[in-house]
Amino acid sequence: MNRPPRRRQTLLLGVLAVGMFGFAFALVPLYDIFCEITGLNGKTSNQAALLEEVQSTSAAETNRLVTINLLGQVARGLPWEFQPVETELVVRPGELTVTTYHARNRGTKTVVAQAVPSVSPGRAAKHLKKIECFCFEAQELAPGAAIDMPVRFLVDSELPPEIIALTLSYTMFPLPDAEAGQILSRNEGNQ
Amino acid sequence: MVAHVETGHAPRNRFIAFASRWLLTTNHKEIGTLYLCLSFGLFFIAGAMAMMMRIELFEPGIQVIDPLIYNQVLTLHGLVMVFGAVMPAFVGLANWMIPLMIGAPDMALPRLNNFSFWILPFAFLILLSSLFMEGGAPNFGWTFYAPLSTTYGPPSTDFFILGVHLMGISSILGAINIIVTIVNLRAPGMTYMKMPLFVWTWFITAFLLIMVMPVLAGCVTMMLTDRHFGTSFFEAAGGGDPVMFQHIFWFFGHPEVYIMILPGFGIASQIIPTFARKKLFGYHSMVYATAAIAFLSFIVWGHHMFTTGMPLFAELFFMYATMLIAVPTGVKVFNWVATMWRGSMTFETPMLFAIGFVMMFTIGGFSGLMLALVPADVQYHDTYFVVAHFHYVLYPGAIFGTMAAVYYWLPKWCGNMYDERLGKIHFWTATFAVNLTFFPMHFTGLAGMPRRIPDYSMQFADFNMVSSVGSWLLGLTQVLFLYIVIKTVRGGEKATDEVWEGAEGLEWTVPSPAPLHTFDTPPVIGDGDHR
Repeated sequence: MNRPPRRRQTLLLGVLAVGMFGFAFALVPLYDIFCEITGLNGKTSNQAALLEEVQSTSAAETNRLVTINLLGQVARGLPWEFQPVETELVVRPGELTVTTYHARNRGTKTVVAQAVPSVSPGRAAKHLKKIECFCFEAQELAPGAAIDMPVRFLVDSELPPEIIALTLSYTMFPLPDAEAGQILSRNEGNQ
Repeated sequence: MVAHVETGHAPRNRFIAFASRWLLTTNHKEIGTLYLCLSFGLFFIAGAMAMMMRIELFEPGIQVIDPLIYNQVLTLHGLVMVFGAVMPAFVGLANWMIPLMIGAPDMALPRLNNFSFWILPFAFLILLSSLFMEGGAPNFGWTFYAPLSTTYGPPSTDFFILGVHLMGISSILGAINIIVTIVNLRAPGMTYMKMPLFVWTWFITAFLLIMVMPVLAGCVTMMLTDRHFGTSFFEAAGGGDPVMFQHIFWFFGHPEVYIMILPGFGIASQIIPTFARKKLFGYHSMVYATAAIAFLSFIVWGHHMFTTGMPLFAELFFMYATMLIAVPTGVKVFNWVATMWRGSMTFETPMLFAIGFVMMFTIGGFSGLMLALVPADVQYHDTYFVVAHFHYVLYPGAIFGTMAAVYYWLPKWCGNMYDERLGKIHFWTATFAVNLTFFPMHFTGLAGMPRRIPDYSMQFADFNMVSSVGSWLLGLTQVLFLYIVIKTVRGGEKATDEVWEGAEGLEWTVPSPAPLHTFDTPPVIGDGDHR
């Protein structure tokens, strides 16, 4: 009976098992990259698009209208009011649109929250270009304070023709205190 | 290894000797027995949970079991059946039979073998102890989708996570051991293409285990860090995604369902030729079909997620890939039927269970094809149709397969023949009861009865009553099975070495009962011998 091959094989199979454990974690960034490239799960880019760039590649169309439904939700445990001022917009692809979301802190504590956007149908996500969005930054509201937050976006003309309506939804999530401090200071640094 | 202790205090030392014999054993036959006993015990525990659910579902409305308790019982029934009953039973059979079938003296890594078994009782002790904890046991179903198991999971979820880790380690080590044994310890002359199919199917299953159990471990680790260490793998608030949980889980989960059936395919492929007194039809195609099923199992996980809002392209891909699995599976069913064709068939209990396996597993396969169709699945998703489907592939599939194997090899293990009359009674009542229990679920599911809910509306009452009565009969038949096994182990007509007329394979060349040590000198397999 020759021991070395047996030991080597055991080791190799063990490495395979450990590798697969690592693969499970590798699936996380892979999933994110996959979703970002394909826009599959309605995640929009969290980077602001440059207006000139978008408009140069996307000529305004005059004879096509797309309905945009706007939603605003608040995650569990956040005592905020949060809704769009207008719930439905009709826009032309390639045309810049501005709309506003309203938020008010009904709680008794200052809270930092971050909005996470989602577009449905998912295929439309990469065609919704945001020039400016409150979702790029965390929002801090004192008790009773209210804020109107603008979103400037355009739908590019490459939006598949069969999509005649899309939904842009934001969910406002509370940030844990430690994380909130970091993000706010980073935001200030950017400005 | 048997520890001999000789002193004056006989009873106490006999206990120590007994305990250390089983705790420290590195013998593949003893470890196989331990695996089989543990899985039998857990089968009854999880079965008792099924009985509780069927008591509650006997009539519409909430009568006996609080819905919160129902959710816990449902979760543990699934987890214990999958990880505690089916998987250890197959590992036990592998331990007992693979060395005997390939002419090896033992498993390649006997001490590792002992370790992989003895982790398991503790894993299930940890999992089942959660029933008695404050906040109750895990209550999110065996699939433990986030955020049910992360944000909303009870405190005992952490015990569940630890239990799953231990089960995973045990399975991975067991699988490594099986592969190393098969690669190194085959008797001279036994080429890969001469290995019995049970060995082949386990060889492929072991690779599946090594590939996917670590992914499950990774998944529960992410759950743990999400719950306690501030990460947001599955939490949208922190940039994570709960749908990603389902992708990771089913990347493990779909190969897992083949882990629970491939050894059963192997068992049917051993038993049917014996009682048809013919060679297995299409041995090579059986091997390739098993490998093809294993490969395809990695690219079909999305069919569990058709209703999560996948794009059309992904739905079509997963639908076609899933339907493709029917091809190698069809090859297998064809080969089993062709093996029986014009054979000199006799219908002893193992053969009955094997034929029942082929027939009823195929019913489950067909309902699987229905579920693979995206437009149909959108309606069937999360209904009792799904419950009917996976119980048809698991009960008359995996569990009948295990029972066929026990009847087939038990005379070799303990040297006594089982009671053929009782065995036949067991088969026919179990077959009747399985269909009485699970067939009506197809109808309630198609009519829209959702799964995992303790109450239902009036129109489902009759079928549920039938299912409940069937399930209690099914529970009783397994008590009969326990009685038959105990009776056989304790005595009975002595089995011959060959046990079955027409049985082929190295395991029938050793005496009955198989002595603790076999094939100390490897047998030689000639060119003419085939499987």
